[in-house]
Amino acid sequence: MFIRTKRFAALAVVTSLALAACGGDSADEPAAEEPSTEDTAEETTATTAAAPASDLSGTLIGAGASSQAAAMQGWQAGFQAEYPNATVEYDPIGSGGGREAFLSGGTMFAGSDAALKDAEWELSKERCAGDLGAINLPHYISPIAIPYNLPSLDGTTLQLSPATIAGIFANEITNWSADEIAADNPGVDLPDLAINPVHRADESGTTENFTDYLAQAAGDVWTYGEIEAWDADGPGGGEGAPQTSGVVAAVAAGEGSIGYADASQIGDLPAAAVGVAGSFVEFSPEAAGRIVDSSERTGGRNEYDFAISVNRTPDSADTYPIALVSYHIVCLEYETQEEVDLVKAFMTYVGSDEGQAASAASAGSAPISPEVQAEIAMSIAAITVAG
Amino acid sequence: MTQSTIESAQGSGVEGRTGRFGDRIFAGLSKGAGVLILVTLAGVALFLFREGYPGINVDPSEMDGSDTFIQYVGPLVFGTIFAALIALAIAAPLAIAVALFISHYAPRRVARTLGYLIDLLAAIPSVVFGIWGIRVLAPLLAQNVYPWLGDNASFIPLFSGSASTSGRTMLTAGMVLAVVILPIITAISREVFLQTPRLHEEASLALGATKWEMIRQAVIPYGRSGVISGAMLGLGRALGETMAVAIILSPSDGYFWSIITNQNSNTIASNIALKFPESSGLEVNRLIATGLVLFVITFGVNALARRVAAAGFSGADG
Amino acid sequence: MSTLATSMTSRRMSNQGHVAVGLATVAVGFAVSAALNGLSPSWVIVWSFMLYPIAVYVSSRILEDRRQATDRLVRVSVTLAFVVVVLPLASLVWTVIREGAARFDATFLTGNMRLTPEDLAAQNGGEAVGGAFHAMVGTLIVTSVAALIAIPLGLFTAIYLVEYGRGRLVKAITSMVDVMTGIPSIVAGLFSYALFVLILGPGTRTGLAGGVALSVLMTPVVVRSAEEMLRLVPNELREASYALGVPRWKTIVKVVLPTAIAGILTGSTLAIARVIGETAPLLVTVGLAQETNLNPFDGRMTTLPVYTYYQYVQPGIPTDAGQSRAWAAALMLVIIVAVLFTLGRVLARVLQPKGMR
Repeated sequence: MFIRTKRFAALAVVTSLALAACGGDSADEPAAEEPSTEDTAEETTATTAAAPASDLSGTLIGAGASSQAAAMQGWQAGFQAEYPNATVEYDPIGSGGGREAFLSGGTMFAGSDAALKDAEWELSKERCAGDLGAINLPHYISPIAIPYNLPSLDGTTLQLSPATIAGIFANEITNWSADEIAADNPGVDLPDLAINPVHRADESGTTENFTDYLAQAAGDVWTYGEIEAWDADGPGGGEGAPQTSGVVAAVAAGEGSIGYADASQIGDLPAAAVGVAGSFVEFSPEAAGRIVDSSERTGGRNEYDFAISVNRTPDSADTYPIALVSYHIVCLEYETQEEVDLVKAFMTYVGSDEGQAASAASAGSAPISPEVQAEIAMSIAAITVAG
Repeated sequence: MTQSTIESAQGSGVEGRTGRFGDRIFAGLSKGAGVLILVTLAGVALFLFREGYPGINVDPSEMDGSDTFIQYVGPLVFGTIFAALIALAIAAPLAIAVALFISHYAPRRVARTLGYLIDLLAAIPSVVFGIWGIRVLAPLLAQNVYPWLGDNASFIPLFSGSASTSGRTMLTAGMVLAVVILPIITAISREVFLQTPRLHEEASLALGATKWEMIRQAVIPYGRSGVISGAMLGLGRALGETMAVAIILSPSDGYFWSIITNQNSNTIASNIALKFPESSGLEVNRLIATGLVLFVITFGVNALARRVAAAGFSGADG
Repeated sequence: MSTLATSMTSRRMSNQGHVAVGLATVAVGFAVSAALNGLSPSWVIVWSFMLYPIAVYVSSRILEDRRQATDRLVRVSVTLAFVVVVLPLASLVWTVIREGAARFDATFLTGNMRLTPEDLAAQNGGEAVGGAFHAMVGTLIVTSVAALIAIPLGLFTAIYLVEYGRGRLVKAITSMVDVMTGIPSIVAGLFSYALFVLILGPGTRTGLAGGVALSVLMTPVVVRSAEEMLRLVPNELREASYALGVPRWKTIVKVVLPTAIAGILTGSTLAIARVIGETAPLLVTVGLAQETNLNPFDGRMTTLPVYTYYQYVQPGIPTDAGQSRAWAAALMLVIIVAVLFTLGRVLARVLQPKGMR
């Protein structure tokens, strides 16, 4: 984590307060760019903290990435249990549509597999009250597994180095008995069988994150960069299937198939262990959750923005590098107190341990680490009414 | 047209004033409805054009795939027409046969029930057809039919290449589309076959025709326009069908003739469904522009059908 | 003379003859299957089915004459076509019923998706939680709105085209209706969304907007099928009515429409069928809600197809829970359609003039 140490102490205090009482006194907060905003921030947080949970009412409306749909079910349940008079609705219309709806003022927050682009951030300054624009909060980390269908391996977990994975999906390694695969799996009897690489037929954040991984970890083999749509920009070939369920079904249907999919959805299929820092790591939520820790904030817009450029080549072998990072995009300043209360309460809940546990239970996501939680909580605490 | 007869009838109308007045309202209402449709469509077209145009003349380097619009839409047009034609080739003969079976071969009481069941099947949402296709039909074909075709019929271009192991092929998609449109064509054909005037049928039989000869002489000429209309409604549905294709077809970029492999040209509607949610900016415009192309294709197909059907028999045209 | 010949020939190709031909076909099917596909019962059946019409034709050709042989060939083919069509459709219905029955319970029929953490925990434990009552209500409302717009609009347009219209307007409407059948459903959704945003501001999501989007897709189907049915009403009927001095509008209402009513209702049901399973346009215009909303003019709703689709593709954990809900919702959709259909049929029978078939 690339946090400046002087900020860390202050942060920890704020976080514990924020988590304990939805904000509380924010006197310890690091100085914001504009003192006037900071004042309002204190007032707002105080009000929010004073209001009992049951008084929060209204409907919070969001739209965006369908990858968050299952997680949202867990968050809605947990949040609405805590605030019985509040309702959260979420339309899984896709990241692009979600960002557009948010920027046009149609929703109060967006769920998106990608952070706001620069041009969109400029637009967000008009959409949001005040002139601070919107911020990205990486609230949902979903490990991407590499399931395969090779019954003849009989329980042995397949090990694949980044270059081998890239070779398979770029159609350069076409048979399971190829030397590259054998080199990754010493002593394993690999079948002489054609490889059928399965990819997402729809545009998806999963493909984007997976190819970002290939580009970062094996750029010399995977020359297509980070892509969203496989058939237009990718190597072609292979089999295309829509949605996670389609990929999983396609892999399960044909012997010799391999794919990439949301780890929580692969069912009984085995998943490959991935080469990281000289050894092979099997996916686990914890290992995937660490990915944000080792990543760098792209920054530049304002200090509360949490857009990150994910580091897919971590130094330690306890991190699983292939995961989808999905954001909640919210304004730093809203027009009304009601919006602020709803957004703040919901985002605080989602970023809390309970919220992360809820999405882990309903969608199999990886919890974000306490350090990152703390930093995100600070950003959430800064959301205020324009004034 | 019937104008002359109707007008002369009007002229001698006995109910006079009230009749005229009611007529004016009724004519106004129906004309208004027609005009409203024109206006709505103009609205949709305007919207499509406004949103789609920026996607046509765009700098390819800014987009996924860096193709020009023509390069982008070409394979989709091919895939759309190809899939729809496969579906129509399978569905139309079967549907007409089934309609005949219900209208002229099955016992009357059974026919009523069968007609009802077929209509009901037309109402099953295409998502369900899609899920059924991928769960039941695709594995069945992939295990039993495609390997055989790949081994024994690969000299035919349609069956060349390595057969799909999961069955997500153009042929599967075409067959599922055929199942989707079958009830539509059947329902409309059956309805027009049942309307064949009894006299025509009996005259034919009285002349010693076999049942098939009677059908060929009396039923089919009478129902031709209706059958073509039904087939066109079916084709329209097949061209525009979204979810069933999106769920089943394994798409790739390019033109593919083989219908049993994993490499297939996608259809326009399915491509929109797959790409739209995660697209933004100009890519959305380009997708809407492909929708415009689908518009044009459907228009062409229907215009053609109108021309063919115009030669048919119609009660009102008498 | 020819009648005599027919009765004589039909006696020659007796029931026993048919059975013999059938048995012979199965034997040949057996042999072909063994030669080409290896012996499996399903392939024997498939080949026998494919060979049977040929066998019938050949035997009738030998025993009877060519006309009879063709007649028999058509009869057998048509019947076989029916069987071939019924197979996939039966499989489909069976799949929906089998998969849907698992969660077709009281909780599903009365509950909604506003779940509590306890519900989710129970779901992880394998219990049945979550319902689709709100989605059923949503589908009924949105589809009704669409039908209330599209059916009158389409019917009046068809009446105009067949009974009143002339010249360029008819041509324009006809070709525009044809174009309309080609609107991709998502485009209809976006159009309606843009329209309502224009009127009511960004982020508008109402049942009404969904109904408008669906009516754009429905109208052309109503127009084309109604037009077809109206054209089939014999002109003699109209002329008889005019001759009695009945004004044109009354002729249409009392004579033309009742004669064509069965076909029109079939067309309308097909039109409803065209839209009742739409997902994409509804997600854009109506959104998703966790609870029942009865007001089409305000607030979002969930509809069954949207519910089905997202429970299927984003089932969460455990995967089975969401997917069972998806299948149950699909079954529910089919049942709703079946009920609508039956009502339509009953209505058609009541409205149809006596003495018609």
